[in-house]
Amino acid sequence: MLDRYTYSIRIKGKYPQFVYWLAMPFFAPMPWEADRFYSQRGMNEGRNLTLDWYPVGTGPYMLVENDPNARMVMQANPNFRGEPFPSEGEPGDAQAGLLADAGKRAPFVERIVFSREKEGIPYWNKFLQGYYDNSAIGSDNFDQAVRVGVEGDATLTPQMQERGIKLKTSVATSTFYLSFNFQDPVVGGRGDEAARERARKLRQAISVAIDWEEFISIFANGRGIAGMGPLPPGIFGYREDDKGFNPVVYDVVDGKPRRKSIETARKIMAEAGYPDGRDAKTGQPLVLYLDTVARGPDDASRLNWYRRQFAKLDIQLEIRATDWNRFQEKVRAGNTQLFFLGWNADYPDPENFLFLLYGPNATNDGENKARYQNPAFDRLFEQMRNMDNGPERQAIIDRMVAIVREDAPWVWGFHPKDYSLSHAWVHNGKPSTMGRNGLKFIRIDPALRERKREEWNQPDLWPAGLVLAVLILGSLPAYLSYRRRERTAARPAQTPA
Amino acid sequence: MIAYIVRRVLYAIPILVGVNLITFALFFVVNTPDDMARMQLGVKRVTPEAIQKWKAEHGYDKPLMFNASAAGAGRLTDTIFFQKSVRLFAFDFGNADDGRSIRHEIARRMWPSLALALPVFLVGIAVNITFSLMMAFFRGTYLDLWGVVLCVAMMSISGLFYIIGGQYLVSKLWNLVPISGYAGGLDASKFLMLPVLVGVVSGIGFGSRWYRTIFLEEMGKDYVRTARAKGLAETTVLFRHVLKNGMIPILTGAVVVIPLLFMGSLITESFFGIPGLGSYTIDAIQSQDFAIVRSMVFLGSVLYIAGLLLTDLSYTLVDPRIRLG
Repeated sequence: MLDRYTYSIRIKGKYPQFVYWLAMPFFAPMPWEADRFYSQRGMNEGRNLTLDWYPVGTGPYMLVENDPNARMVMQANPNFRGEPFPSEGEPGDAQAGLLADAGKRAPFVERIVFSREKEGIPYWNKFLQGYYDNSAIGSDNFDQAVRVGVEGDATLTPQMQERGIKLKTSVATSTFYLSFNFQDPVVGGRGDEAARERARKLRQAISVAIDWEEFISIFANGRGIAGMGPLPPGIFGYREDDKGFNPVVYDVVDGKPRRKSIETARKIMAEAGYPDGRDAKTGQPLVLYLDTVARGPDDASRLNWYRRQFAKLDIQLEIRATDWNRFQEKVRAGNTQLFFLGWNADYPDPENFLFLLYGPNATNDGENKARYQNPAFDRLFEQMRNMDNGPERQAIIDRMVAIVREDAPWVWGFHPKDYSLSHAWVHNGKPSTMGRNGLKFIRIDPALRERKREEWNQPDLWPAGLVLAVLILGSLPAYLSYRRRERTAARPAQTPA
Repeated sequence: MIAYIVRRVLYAIPILVGVNLITFALFFVVNTPDDMARMQLGVKRVTPEAIQKWKAEHGYDKPLMFNASAAGAGRLTDTIFFQKSVRLFAFDFGNADDGRSIRHEIARRMWPSLALALPVFLVGIAVNITFSLMMAFFRGTYLDLWGVVLCVAMMSISGLFYIIGGQYLVSKLWNLVPISGYAGGLDASKFLMLPVLVGVVSGIGFGSRWYRTIFLEEMGKDYVRTARAKGLAETTVLFRHVLKNGMIPILTGAVVVIPLLFMGSLITESFFGIPGLGSYTIDAIQSQDFAIVRSMVFLGSVLYIAGLLLTDLSYTLVDPRIRLG
C-alpha cells in the first residue's frame, strides 16, 4: 500500500498482459471493512448476506436491487469521482455522432434496470414495444429484423427502420474451430516424417473441403466471417489485407479470397495417400470420427452438413454426438480424433489465442486441446508473448500464423458477428466485446421513449368486448333452451284409444 | 385418526428415502462431482487442484454411495449420499452451489409461485364446474355435444400454444396487459392477469370433461330420480343435490394439489418471467446444482405425500360414511 487509496504490484520479469488482468473483476480492490463485515457469523447462513450479493465498490453505479432471477437495478453513485466522456475514438466515430458528448461528466443515466427474460418471444416483443432499450437478435427473429445482402452486408428491415431502431454489428473476439487431435495416428501423424506429412496433407484437404462460408450462411444467418488463422479481428496481429488470407485454403481473386476448389482438395487428398477417399496402400475407405455436443433433433441438420462436407472428399464421417460433460471428458483425455471447440478472448492480446497451440500446453488440463507440437512455433511464441505491440511483434506473429496455416492443426472455422439493436432514444452505444465499462457513457432521451411507448402500445379494448359479446351470445341458446324446458309441461301418459 | 396420521407419516419415510435415492442416482448418472465443479468454476483454466478444492468445500470429495476406505457404519455414512440426504429429513436444505441458502430462496420464491398458482386453481375450479354443469344440464343436446368437442379440442392443444397465443393476442396485438414480468405487492396483479387467464383457459378442456363425467354419474343415481319425482325443478336438482354430491370427488381431487401450489409451474413461470420456485428448479437443472434439485424434489415429494394425507382426511369431512382407522 502506497497510501490510503493506492497500492502497487511488483512483477518479476516482463508481463505486458498484466494490465488486462487488472481490468478483470477479481482485481477490484475491496475495503477490508466490507470483507470483515460480511465475514461475521450468521451473515450468510439462512440470510444470504454476502459480499458478492451486496457488492461494495467505487464505480459509477450502485447495485441497489439484486435479484438475478427477476431484475437488477443500478443507481448512479453520488460519490463517484466522475469520468469525462472520451474525446477521441475510432475513425468514423465523430461522423456517427459518437463523440457529441465529449468531455461531459459520466454517468448520464440515473437508474438502470436489467430484467431477466428467460424466453426469447416475450423478450423480443417487449423490445418491439419499447420496454427494453436494447436487444440482441435471436435466430427466430433474425429475418424479422435484418436483411443480409449478397455481399454479406446487413441492413434493417423496413419494419425496424420505421421504428427508428438502430443496428450495430461487431465481430466478436472469438473463434470457433474444428480441431484435429495430434495424438491420433491418422490425422495427427504419429511416427516418422512421412506419416506426419501424410497427416498434414489430409488436414489441409479437409480444411479446403469444409465450406465455412456456407455454414455461416445456413446456420448463423450470415453472422460471422470465415477464419483465416487462429486470430480473430480486433486482436493485434490479425491482418485485414491480402496477407491475412490463408493461402492453404484460399486463392486470391480480384483482391478477395476465394476458397480453393474441391478438385484441389481431392488432389491434396491423393498426395496424402487417400485417392478417392481410400487408403492407397490397403484400399480401405477412410473413416474419420467427429466428437461433438448434440442435444436433440435440432442438431440433425448441422450434423448432416458436416457429413456432406467430408463426403466431398469421399471420407466417411462417423459422428459421436454426446452431452457437454462427456465431450469435455473425452477431449481432456485425448480420446478424440476430430472435435469442435471455441475460444473467447480473455483479453485483447494475441498471446491469448496463440497459446492455444503452444506445445507445453498440450496436457490433459492444458488449453492446447489439439495437442499440437511444433518446436519452431513454440520458440516464436516464447519470443512473442512478452513483447510490446509493434512491427517486430507483428512480424513474429505473421511467421507463427504461417506455420500453423501450413500445419493446419485446426480447420479455421469462423469468428461470430454480434448484432445488437437499440431504439432511437439510446445514444452513444457502441458494441465492444472486450470492454465492459461502457454503460456509464450511454445517454437516453426519456421523453422520446415515453412518447414512443405510448404511441406503440395503445390498448385495443374492442377485442375484450368482442369476447364478452361472443360469450353472452353463446350462452343465449342455452338460456333459451333452459327456459323452454322449464316451461314445458310433463308429457301426459298415453292412454289406449 | 391421530394413529392413522402417525402411521401415514411413518410410511412416508421409506418413500422419501426412495425418492431421494432415485434422484441421487439419476443425477449422478449424467453428472459427476467433477462435472459439477467444472460447471461452477468455468471451463477455462480449471486446474485439478481447483476442482478438488471446490469438491471439498461443497462436500463432494467423498465416494458417492459406499466408502470402502471407511470402517464400520462409516462405509455407508461417510458418503455423499448419506451426508447430503440425512439433513434433508430435518428440512435443512443447506446452501446451493453458489453459496446461497436454499431455505431462504424457497421462502422468498414460493410467494410469486403461489400468487400465480392459487388464482389459477380457484378460478379454474369455478369455471370448470360452471362449464361442466352446463354440459350436464343439456346432456344429449347439441350444446352438450359441441361442449365436449370443444373440450377435446382444448385438451389436444399444447399448453405452450396457449401461452404463446395468449401473449401474442392479449399483450402484443391488443396491448391490454404486460407480456411478462413481475412486481411485488398489488402491482403483481397486472402481471398475473394474463398467466392466470392462460392457466384457466388451458385447463378448461380437461377439467370440464372430468367434472361433466362426475356430474352425469351422479345424475343417474336413485336419489336424483327421487328428487325429480318429488317435482323439484331441474336447477334445484342440479345445484342442491347433484352439485353437492359431485363435489366429493372434485374436492378430494383438488385437495391433493393444494400443497403443490407452492412448487410453481416450470414453463408458465419461465415464459411470464415470474421469479418463483418453478424457474428456480429449471435454473438449477441447467446449472447442474444438485443441492437445489435434490431439495426441490424432496420438498415436492413431501408436499405430495401431505396432499394425499389431506385428501384422505378430507374424505371423512365430506362423506360421513368414511372413518379412518
